[in-house]
Amino acid sequence: MSSFGVVVFPGSNCDHDCYHMIRDHFSQPCRFVWHEETEIDDIDCIVLPGGFSYGDYLRTGCIASFSPVIESVRTHAEKGKPVIGICNGFQILVESKILPGAFIRNSTLTFVCKWTNVVVENNNTPFTRGLELGDVLRIPVANGEGSYYLDEEHLADMKERSGVVLYYSDTHGNKTPESNPNGSIENIAGICNDRGNVVGIMPHPERSYDTIQSSTDGERIFSSVISWMQQF
Amino acid sequence: MKQFKAKVEVKLKSVVLDPQGKAVLSALHNLGFDDVTDTRIGKLIELKIKGESMENVHEQIEQVCKKLLTNPVIEDYSINIEEAS
Repeated sequence: MSSFGVVVFPGSNCDHDCYHMIRDHFSQPCRFVWHEETEIDDIDCIVLPGGFSYGDYLRTGCIASFSPVIESVRTHAEKGKPVIGICNGFQILVESKILPGAFIRNSTLTFVCKWTNVVVENNNTPFTRGLELGDVLRIPVANGEGSYYLDEEHLADMKERSGVVLYYSDTHGNKTPESNPNGSIENIAGICNDRGNVVGIMPHPERSYDTIQSSTDGERIFSSVISWMQQF
Repeated sequence: MKQFKAKVEVKLKSVVLDPQGKAVLSALHNLGFDDVTDTRIGKLIELKIKGESMENVHEQIEQVCKKLLTNPVIEDYSINIEEAS
C-alpha cells in the first residue's frame, strides 16, 4: 500500500473530494497535511488540491507557496517521489517555482466552470503512465485565473523536454481555439518537471472518477500513480 | 533609523495579454472615448518601511519585490520612495 497526503491550505476547497476519492474509491491510505506541517516523510504521494488558498490575494497560489509545508514538498519532489497539483495546487507549484511558468486571468474574464477534453501529450509520468499518447480525457475545469503562461523561449524548451503533459483539445484530440477554456498558452492544461515526478494540471480528476459524476476519466490519473507506486 | 514611504507599481509585461485592460478599453470605446488606444491594468502597493538611508531602503524593497510582490515571469515593477515626515 502506498500512502497519500492531501495538503490543506487556508482556502483549499477540493481537499475533501481528493481525500474521499483516494480513501473510499481507491482504498488507499490517505491523510490530510496541514500547511504548517513539515514532517511528511510517511507520505509517498503528495496531492496539492484545488481551491482559493489565501483568497487568491496578490497572485493566485502566491501566499500559499511560502507555507512551511512547501519546503518539505520541494524535498519530497527532489527525492523523485510523486507530487500532483490540481488547479490551485498547480498554481501553488508554479508560484513556488517547483514547476515553471505563471498564471494570468482567464481570457474570458469570467470564472470558467465546465467540462473540457484534454489530450495526453506525455505518458511518461507516474500520473499518466496508464494512458496512451493521444488519449482524450473528459475532465472538468473550474478556475478564474487559469490561463497558463510561459514565454516563447521557455515554452520551446518545455516542449523539447516533453514537459507538456495535457493539452485542451476537442473530442478527437485536436488542439482547437474553441476547446481552450481560458486562453492558456498553446492550449496547455498540464505540465511536469524535468524528472516527470511533479505534475500540475488544471482539470479536476477528483470531479470525474465516479459513475455519478458523468465521466470517470479522472480515475485513470490516480490509478496510474497507484500502479506506479506499487512497483516499489 | 528613518521612516520611508514606498510605492511599488506592478505591471504585466507588455508581451503578456491583459484581458482586464482589453475589457476596460472596450468599455471606454462604448462610452465614446474613441481616442483611447490601449489600456493596461496593474497594481499599486504602498509600504511603510524603516531604514538607514534611501539606498538601504531601495535595496530592501528590491528584495521584497523579487521574493513576494511580483512574479518575474509575467510582471515588471518600478519603485518610488520618499522619506516620511
